[in-house]
Amino acid sequence: MKKTTWDYEPQRPAFSRALVALGNTRKDIVVASADLSSSVGTLAFAQEFPERHYNFGIAEQNMVSSCAGLATTGKVVFASTFAIFGTGRVYDQIRQSVCYPRLNVKLVATHAGITVGADGATHQMIEDLALMRALPNMTVVVPADAPETEKAILAAADYEGPVYIRIGRANVPVCTAGKDCHDFEIGKATLMRDGDDVTLVGTGIMVAKCLEAAEELAKHQVSARVINLSTIKPLDEKILVKAARETGCMVTAEEHSVVMGMGAAVALVLVENAHVPMKRVGIPDSFGESGEPDELMEKYGLTVDNIVDGAHDVIKRRGR
Amino acid sequence: MAVENTLAQSSQGVRTMDIPVPEEKLKEMEGIARKVRKHIIQMIFNAGSGHPGGSLSATDIMVSLYFGVMNHKPEEPNWPDRDRFVLSKGHAAPSLYGCLAEAGYFPIEELATFRKIGSRLQGHPDMRKTPGVEASTGSEGQGLSMGLGMALAGKLDRKPYTVYVMIGDGENDCGQIWEAAMAASFYKLDNLIAIIDRNMLQLDGPTHKVMSIEPLADKWRAFGWNVLEANGHNIGELIETIHKAKHTKGLPSIIIAHTIKGKGVSFMEGAVGFHGKVPSEEQFKKAMEELGEADA
Repeated sequence: MKKTTWDYEPQRPAFSRALVALGNTRKDIVVASADLSSSVGTLAFAQEFPERHYNFGIAEQNMVSSCAGLATTGKVVFASTFAIFGTGRVYDQIRQSVCYPRLNVKLVATHAGITVGADGATHQMIEDLALMRALPNMTVVVPADAPETEKAILAAADYEGPVYIRIGRANVPVCTAGKDCHDFEIGKATLMRDGDDVTLVGTGIMVAKCLEAAEELAKHQVSARVINLSTIKPLDEKILVKAARETGCMVTAEEHSVVMGMGAAVALVLVENAHVPMKRVGIPDSFGESGEPDELMEKYGLTVDNIVDGAHDVIKRRGR
Repeated sequence: MAVENTLAQSSQGVRTMDIPVPEEKLKEMEGIARKVRKHIIQMIFNAGSGHPGGSLSATDIMVSLYFGVMNHKPEEPNWPDRDRFVLSKGHAAPSLYGCLAEAGYFPIEELATFRKIGSRLQGHPDMRKTPGVEASTGSEGQGLSMGLGMALAGKLDRKPYTVYVMIGDGENDCGQIWEAAMAASFYKLDNLIAIIDRNMLQLDGPTHKVMSIEPLADKWRAFGWNVLEANGHNIGELIETIHKAKHTKGLPSIIIAHTIKGKGVSFMEGAVGFHGKVPSEEQFKKAMEELGEADA
């Protein structure tokens, strides 16, 4: 079942607004782009504060290390490009220039995941969370929607050290703006809906799908708890362990490869603290392909039905 | 205590160098260079690992910068207006540590901890551990970009400082160097001066045999840089060349400093084998003797 009452909003304009707001209030904010300022959302900042925006051209390695140099002087640097170019291509620069010296560089990666769509596998970054969460000193944030993107950008500016923020290209349901949602804080997951029979942990655009799955499960007298895990590193282990103990089983959902993504991170916490049946909903260990975002979500196993099936499966395995 | 150097403060607050460098000052700096070379050999011998060849070739350039050119305060390593030095060829760390210790950033005795567990002196420079180290380097090709970022910030904040970056000649193989080269001239960073330690050798052999980088000067000129050349072991000539670079406005400058790998130790000079090789006890004694004799 698809909930039709969502308002949809893209995340990039929210990022763009937050950057301009920061530019107005803080002189130490500088922004870097790599020939994609109009696509990623840094253009508004560039137009408003041209002296504090640097376009490095199609040269991401130089961009990342230069941002590190800027940060050594006390600047808080936001560098933005597509997730595909901003992680794997520059892993060594992020590791050596930014994370090792723990510099204040915030990497905002847009067009992440399979919902990039028609551009195909070369542009669908589905292993960035694995790469970024492996790095010491790195903080990894995946906002669920536009309002949370804005909050995450503002929070990252105040947060000491490197931060990776992952946002998508497509319009996403606004799911965090309800009255039940807590204020955003890096490192804190949010309880979106309470429940006793199973826990659904979503990140990014999969949070809304988890909420839809919970509605569907309710029709079958299954009470699902939903958690928005917007920070992948450091993990909010407390809320995860509590939920695992109280509901006895868990499903994770992410628009990322199941190999070493959010689900894998959660699994490692559970295996050491609350060993319960678990199912990872995510992209299987494969590359994507061209297609419409909804078609790809269907083909690669990222639907509400996949989450519902996962819930039934873990409940059955728990045996109660 | 601020480092005494050949700079004098003019009424506009712009520092000008005393050119040519007075004979007495040159002798003093040559003495420091010999001490730094002895530190290098001692450090690498103690540690049982390290890179003597490229450290020795880079020494006179770093001594020229720290003791003849740069505005810096060893007692206040984070002074916002200081000139910055980025050692992009991070494997020459022993030379940098020798200079920093001699300048007073940390006790000379601490050099004995180089590459040892718990030390502030890591195998490659770590800006979070060592006072005076401006950038964490070691993965070749990234230091010029870091210096570029510092230079951009200097322009944005209208700061008077100059950023110096030393790159190895083998480092010119890296694509990122050329990305940074393109950006530095695009942003007209005349507060950025790069120096190439052109010792003609890289780990696998002569640069022209591993990966030819010539015509080096033409390449940098084509990327929009003011290109200068100097004898990288003549401190007076190096300082005069840096002075020229500092007074070139509107574009970044690069100095191709012609050096000899292993300079100062007869059997290491021009020897590919000593890129990352530790001297034996006998070689260590001979090297220290040679450098000691030079002291007398």
